[in-house]
Amino acid sequence: MSEQVQIRVNGVAMTVPGGITIAAALLNAEVNGFRRSVSGEMRGPLCGMGVCYECRATVNGRAHRKTCQIVVRDGLEVTTDEL
Amino acid sequence: MSTDISAGASAIVIGAGIVGAACALELADAGFAVTVVDAGPVGGGATAAGMGHVVVMDDSPAQLALTRYSQQLWTQLQTVLPPQAEIMRCGTIWVAADAEEMAEVERKRHRYLEEQIPCDVLDAGRLYQLEPNLRPGLAGGLLIQQDSVVYPPTIAAWMLDRVTEKGGTVRTHTQVDRVEPHCVILSNGDRLAGDVIVNAAGAVAPRLTPGLHIKQRKGHLIITDRYPNFVRHQLVELGYLKSAHQSDGDSVAFNVQPRPSGQLLIGSSRQYDESRAVDHVIVAKMVARAIEYMPAIAELSATRVWTGFRAATPDKLPLIGPSPANDGLWLAAGHEGLGITTSLATARLLVDQIMGRTSAIPVAPYLPSRAASEAMHV
Ligand SMILES: Cc1cc2nc3c(=O)[nH]c(=O)nc-3n(C[C@H](O)[C@H](O)[C@H](O)COP(=O)(O)OP(=O)(O)OC[C@H]3O[C@@H](n4cnc5c(N)ncnc54)[C@H](O)[C@@H]3O)c2cc1C
Ligand code: FES
Repeated sequence: MSEQVQIRVNGVAMTVPGGITIAAALLNAEVNGFRRSVSGEMRGPLCGMGVCYECRATVNGRAHRKTCQIVVRDGLEVTTDEL
Repeated sequence: MSTDISAGASAIVIGAGIVGAACALELADAGFAVTVVDAGPVGGGATAAGMGHVVVMDDSPAQLALTRYSQQLWTQLQTVLPPQAEIMRCGTIWVAADAEEMAEVERKRHRYLEEQIPCDVLDAGRLYQLEPNLRPGLAGGLLIQQDSVVYPPTIAAWMLDRVTEKGGTVRTHTQVDRVEPHCVILSNGDRLAGDVIVNAAGAVAPRLTPGLHIKQRKGHLIITDRYPNFVRHQLVELGYLKSAHQSDGDSVAFNVQPRPSGQLLIGSSRQYDESRAVDHVIVAKMVARAIEYMPAIAELSATRVWTGFRAATPDKLPLIGPSPANDGLWLAAGHEGLGITTSLATARLLVDQIMGRTSAIPVAPYLPSRAASEAMHV
């Protein structure tokens, strides 16, 4: 396994394997609700390949980033359950 | 000109866009037995493609009179519309890029105040306070508080529900093939007779009433994902006046609208082009223009781009009144980029003429006969 990196999820530090996607890191940590739909339902990754947009979360302050398409890096900040 | 209307007279409205729907409701209120016919669904034409900005505009005195009157009617209607109308009283900020445009802000303010339309001149500092995502270095702007934003397709549907309640009939997915005196012939050969026929077919109105000076003027819009409070007012570059006025040639302008969902509508483009296809070159120009005014737009994600057709007339004013072509035929078409705003006044002025009532504003500038008689100015 590649070396570990530190990310923060909703303000909480988390050590995860390098080389995986944010979506994978969150799912490993049993975070299932990534964002809320217009009507307020929880949503999380579906396709895992950048097509469905269901895995969006706020990454480094930018809203609606597709977390299944971004590889974790040291110091990355993720906020879930926003929009 | 007025038609002799006896009790129980019938009217057929061709087109269930916002203009046709407003005319149908006004006719039903006046006591007509109304039938509305549309080739597609309710509100599926330009009415679904536009921005829904209810805005007072002052390109010409006649445009100012019509948009101002219509906005007063919107203010009344908004008190009874359902939540699906998505009314946002967000106001408009006309953004001035430089000193020259600030001088135009002053002239615009003057014209608005003459019509008792409240407005505030914003200096650069106040502009950033209100809209922090605008780029630094802009000169200021003009805030028109009473302009609003609505969602037109659901309003057209609401109006036609009222028409149905009053005993009217709405026939969607029914194509009109041609219009004859006091009669509409459907593409399946059926004939519908009416004392009054209204052509409210938007940008394709000339297909039913040949000879109308209406051209299809294509526009693109982009909708983004949800970014609440990214913008708070409808923002339009003051240079918009220059680009919208340009009669031929393609143009883009910075025009951004907040939606209640937190999404942004980003416009706008103008092209004489009959194809519905998205033109990526002009979309790229539109995005570049938006980013020029609001650099942070580059960070947002867009979810959809589409096109729609404005019904452009040579003098930028709609055709509201009797058709010179055909007895019993009335026109309510040619609303260019303002048909959401001007739909309510259109319906009122049209039915005033049909009923022989005096109108709140002079109808002469919008009479279809002007186009036949007058030399066109552009
Ligand atoms: C990109 C864009 C942005 C815009 N933004 C704004 C804005 O912010 N504010 C504003 O006020 N206006 C705006 N507009 C303009 C506005 O959308 C239009 O002026 C308005 O929707 C016109 O309404 P309408 O009912 O005349 O036409 P439409 O909505 O096009 O309705 C015409 C209807 O007639 C039907 N029809 C046509 N031919 C036939 C036939 N033969 N038989 C049966 N039915 C037929 C069509 O199916 C259609 O439903 C915008 C337009 C565009 C394209
Ligand atoms: S899970 Fe479908 S786009 Fe990310």
